[in-house]
Amino acid sequence: MGTLLAIIRRDLSLVMRQGSDAFVVLIFFVVTVTLFPLGVGPDPLILQNLASGIVWVSALLSAMLSLDRLFQTDYDDGSLELLVLSPYPLELVVLCKCLVHWLTTGLPIMLISPVLALMLNIKTGAFLYLISSMALGTPIISLLGAVGAALVLGSRRSGVLIALLIIPLTIPILLFGVAAIQAATEGYSASSPLMFLGALLLFSIALCPWVIASSLRQVVS
Amino acid sequence: MEDQSLSIWSGLNLTASRGERCVFANLDFELNPGDALLLTGKNGSGKSTLLRIMAGLNRPTSGAMLWNSKIINNVLTTHSARVNYVGHSTSVKLALTVEEDIKFWMQLNNHSDQEIMEIALEHFGLLHQRSMPVRFLSSGQQRKLALTRLMVRDSKIWLLDEPTVGLDSKSIQSLEDIIQKQRAGNGIVVVASHTEISLGTSIKNINLSNFQTNNTQAYSPGFGYEE
Repeated sequence: MGTLLAIIRRDLSLVMRQGSDAFVVLIFFVVTVTLFPLGVGPDPLILQNLASGIVWVSALLSAMLSLDRLFQTDYDDGSLELLVLSPYPLELVVLCKCLVHWLTTGLPIMLISPVLALMLNIKTGAFLYLISSMALGTPIISLLGAVGAALVLGSRRSGVLIALLIIPLTIPILLFGVAAIQAATEGYSASSPLMFLGALLLFSIALCPWVIASSLRQVVS
Repeated sequence: MEDQSLSIWSGLNLTASRGERCVFANLDFELNPGDALLLTGKNGSGKSTLLRIMAGLNRPTSGAMLWNSKIINNVLTTHSARVNYVGHSTSVKLALTVEEDIKFWMQLNNHSDQEIMEIALEHFGLLHQRSMPVRFLSSGQQRKLALTRLMVRDSKIWLLDEPTVGLDSKSIQSLEDIIQKQRAGNGIVVVASHTEISLGTSIKNINLSNFQTNNTQAYSPGFGYEE
């Protein structure tokens, strides 16, 4: 447990100290969402209908920006080799790294999304579902994204490649995330899309670390 | 090779390739507790590759590694736990302080003894820089910080890839001291180096240049392997 905390603390302070990365993601998210009212016009009704989709698509795209950095610095400076060699399970190490990625990208996005949704005239009843779908969905993006980042590690232009690999996989998150908000605005029960998101999250937590770890082992050899 | 079963750690017929190119072929090594092995050979002869195979990072194309006479090709993670590897890259994080950096590797291996850390930093003359960000250290000091990792964790095997690069003579002396100590404590030390480094008495030596593929026909067991 202490080791887990040590990994999380180290990665967090690395992101905080050297990182404009996390900040860039948040700014990109805000800018993309604000562009929509300019693009589709200020009609409150149109914006209300589009709100959930806009917020979710923007969140997905901005998360893609940060993924290529996830293992890149560890790979460049040789820390990755030592992490692979360490007797501590690599699967847990990468799970911590995903958690830190979520804390520095997914969480800020989640926290700021109600403000942006308000700007898009979202119904007040949908706020809770927006936040809960984000809370369940953004960690999945971090986990899936880490799979992509591990797979393309060491190749050139990896950032674009990750996005191409991972965006198709994130479609279910988008569908259920938007469905939850939409159900709430239209007065249906949002519990089943949220439960699907929860199931996807548990599934990713259970499987992604293995995939990431074995892919990283492949990369360093 | 009758005494094969007696040696604790050995490699048999190791062949390694990078891409299509065969780096070295049919290489054997045998190491017992307290042994030191110096890897020499021209650039590109596979010193680093052999060290990485020894660490369990890379797999040999063919051949086997044995620990206590058991083949360990498939349990490399267990093997890696015995290894303390300092490679070409220093693996230090420029944004962390010296203390944070070394502490992390200690915690990853479930050590947190403050005293051991201070002794290790003191040994390499980094104690005064403990709260300084690594980015302010010179490259020699960063290398020393990487070597400090050897001292904060007990491991049977030390694998050092060009450990003396950028070190001043005093630091090389400090490194030689801890290598002596590791050997005295029945540890194994493998060093790849171009420069003079004293590993103590009765050093084994493998010259990787003798295992290049165009030499393989001339190869016979024992060739290029001297005690």
